[in-house]
Amino acid sequence: MDRATRLALYRSLVEIRVLEKRAYDLFLQNLVKGTSHLSLGQEAVAAGFAVAMRKDDYTFCTYRGHAHTLARGAPMVGVLGELMGRKCGLMGGKGGSMHLTSVEHGAMGSYAIVGAHLPVAAGAAWSAQVRGTDQVSVCFFGDGTTNIGAFHEALNLAAVWKLPVIFVCENNQYMEYTPIREVTAVANPAADRACAYGLEKILIDGNDADVVHRTARECIGKARDGGGPSLVEALTYRTSGHSRADPGKYRPAGELDDWLKKDPVVLYRVRLVGMGIEENALRDIERAVERAVDEATEAAKACPPSGVEVIEKDVWADGGSSWRN
Amino acid sequence: MAELTYRDAVAAGIAQEMARDESVVFLGEDIGAAGGVFKTTLGLLERFGPRRVRDTPISEQAIIGAAMGAAMTGLRPIAEIMFSDFFAVCWDMIANEIAKTRYMTAGQIALPLVIRTANGYGSRFGAQHSQSVENWAMAIPGLKVVAPSTPLDVKGLLAAAVRDPDPVIFFEHKGLYSTKGEVPDGEIVDRLGTAKVVRQGEDVTIVALAAMVPKSLQAAERLAAEDGISATVVDVRSLVPLDTKTIFEEVRKTGRLYTVEENPRLCGWGAEIASLVAEECFYDLDGPIVRITTPHVPLPAADLLEDNAVPTVDRIVETVRRNAG
Repeated sequence: MDRATRLALYRSLVEIRVLEKRAYDLFLQNLVKGTSHLSLGQEAVAAGFAVAMRKDDYTFCTYRGHAHTLARGAPMVGVLGELMGRKCGLMGGKGGSMHLTSVEHGAMGSYAIVGAHLPVAAGAAWSAQVRGTDQVSVCFFGDGTTNIGAFHEALNLAAVWKLPVIFVCENNQYMEYTPIREVTAVANPAADRACAYGLEKILIDGNDADVVHRTARECIGKARDGGGPSLVEALTYRTSGHSRADPGKYRPAGELDDWLKKDPVVLYRVRLVGMGIEENALRDIERAVERAVDEATEAAKACPPSGVEVIEKDVWADGGSSWRN
Repeated sequence: MAELTYRDAVAAGIAQEMARDESVVFLGEDIGAAGGVFKTTLGLLERFGPRRVRDTPISEQAIIGAAMGAAMTGLRPIAEIMFSDFFAVCWDMIANEIAKTRYMTAGQIALPLVIRTANGYGSRFGAQHSQSVENWAMAIPGLKVVAPSTPLDVKGLLAAAVRDPDPVIFFEHKGLYSTKGEVPDGEIVDRLGTAKVVRQGEDVTIVALAAMVPKSLQAAERLAAEDGISATVVDVRSLVPLDTKTIFEEVRKTGRLYTVEENPRLCGWGAEIASLVAEECFYDLDGPIVRITTPHVPLPAADLLEDNAVPTVDRIVETVRRNAG
């Protein structure tokens, strides 16, 4: 990996970290309503894949999707604006935190029903196959998804049709509040099921951005060359609660501290310094990101809320919602 | 001009659109090599090849999800769900994902797709393979809903559905598959959202859908012969968008409205029409609006039971005679 790629990866990690913390602060200030699901602690999965993707590849993610949407290049003001219900939001406040979408950046939607987007990602991959492009589709989901039917339907279809899709399980150890191991028949909820679909078992350290990026490059390359789908399980940990309503009291004592020692942003920074990348270059990135998030926050705050005139818009392609003549 | 069965008109409609537009693809269970379990898709695999006509596993979520992913990335898929009853196993994909995506993304994602399905009673298949579920789809904002009653309408409305920029649920009635009708040669494209007056009368207006249209026509002939009651029969054809203009015009002429619905009683499509007529044509009515439906029961399997659960010609005649007298 060259220096520029490593710095791009670090920048993406920092952007996600700072933006997610800002999203949390804005909640505490009651500027963001509803719910939100942060990727704090899981940044390396989103960043590692996004940096390995081509501009015209497709990302599908879950309600924990701020990180993936941002990592594909969606503007910060659009992300924060959407969380705050402002006109400048990616969808003008129509979707909210759980549905961030930016088609022009290849972020094809955040899906809030567990498992629903796996077949959709397979469909986008099928479309690339039919149209004869070499685009790939990358689909992120949590460990809890591996126990829902759509996961298995999508994996089977993708394998049978040899679709250019990479399914990425972010195993953050908990399905909402319940430890995933307590409700799953196998130790590795995604990787141990790969053999059921004739796929290779791929179990990686999801907190190591280089490992994620290398895996992403291999799987994407294989899919682009017609080698079919992959299923990746990335082991990670969310250091915040499931959603903003969750203080995470179910964690055993010491578990969070152990994982904080494997913080993906800190780990990567230490590695880059160890490789001889100068502190200043890293500090420049951190300062630039802080500034960008501050500016996006102020811009989103200054933007007016979405007006009621949009309530009945965009049900149909004609822009309206009429169901009768 | 050729005489086609309703069944043949399905394949003719799909073939017309696949020949015209390379982006139209077709997927479902047993639709290719087998030609469809109702033989509605014979010859399509041979003519258009396995790239565009795909047999799928029994995975309804994967079928509908794949259609959605393909539709948002440049294709115009037609997906078949073998029996409309199976909508229940992929209802998340239809109701939560497909119906809402354009709205939630403020128009970023378009979903030009058609979901075809075999709907309705008459095959002695019992309660899980015989339902009329147009009203399920009608209740969800973001879905267009069509249910033709003749071979000509099948071909023309199917073409219109494929060309429509929004998701269309296309209900074929399996009790009508063997019925025949004249279909002109050459390209046929109808318009969604248009009802048809299929019999003009003076005394009462009967509004019906799909298999209830021929029954209502038979009832109208008997009412004319036996009671001297002259009935208008309107084939609704499209529930969303709904042609209230035609329905209101015909109700205003006669002052009496009967709906004939195959669905169980509660929240059937006729309830919405009755409500609209009560609100907007109240002073044109000469008597109460009367809904003729299946009782609020699951459909039984035995021939005598099934035939008498859904509205019969006798029941339509007797109900109109009693109320219109």
